[in-house]
Amino acid sequence: MSVSMILCRVTSDPLDPRAAEAAVGDRTRGAVATFQGVVRDHHAGRRVTRIEYSAYAPMAEEVFRAIAAEAGGRFGGVAIAVLHRIGGLQVGEVSLVVAAGSVHRREAHEACSFVVDAIKKRAPIWKKEFGDDGVFWIEGPGECAALDPAGRPGRDG
Amino acid sequence: MIVRVLLFARYQEAAGSPELRVDIPEGATLGTVWEEVRRRVPRLREEEAPLMALDRAYARADTTVPAEGEVAFFPPVSGG
Repeated sequence: MSVSMILCRVTSDPLDPRAAEAAVGDRTRGAVATFQGVVRDHHAGRRVTRIEYSAYAPMAEEVFRAIAAEAGGRFGGVAIAVLHRIGGLQVGEVSLVVAAGSVHRREAHEACSFVVDAIKKRAPIWKKEFGDDGVFWIEGPGECAALDPAGRPGRDG
Repeated sequence: MIVRVLLFARYQEAAGSPELRVDIPEGATLGTVWEEVRRRVPRLREEEAPLMALDRAYARADTTVPAEGEVAFFPPVSGG
């Protein structure tokens, strides 16, 4: 059995982690691991009051599907759900939900972690941070550009 | 030929628009399109290493742009 990308969405609506978990759970899977990314009140020594997320949404959803397929290759039989919020988020709101369902717990944990890491490196989504010190575009640590200056992060595309 | 170029995040703010239409010769590459974008958007002239996508997948600067291709340029990503 290979992967299922069960649910994949970029949305401006508040995220429902329970919906992601329900989507990847079924009677054959004994484990569901969930990650929630939450807007925190500080970054790089600055106080953060809110974050605006923007995305190249159709491509982001393609990237989610590609990452889920890779997770399926590594962790057989795992089911993946990804929800990413865009628009203005206050501190404490959930920006990302990844749920991984698997027969056993180890694969569920590992697949969830793999998918979160890959999304952060490859999904075309950006944070604009608002706080006491002003407004800052947050851009990745340069991993993408460093991998290939011609513009191809990771194995996607 | 005219290609549609999508810009995101800081690049979109620099251009003051989410989308440009760029006239390039047949057979031109993504790199050529980027040079034209930089020529038109002075605030992007310092950008040396944009991420590039063609038809919603990452692509290299030497990729030929087909007619009707959807081109996108953007800075390093920071989702999650």
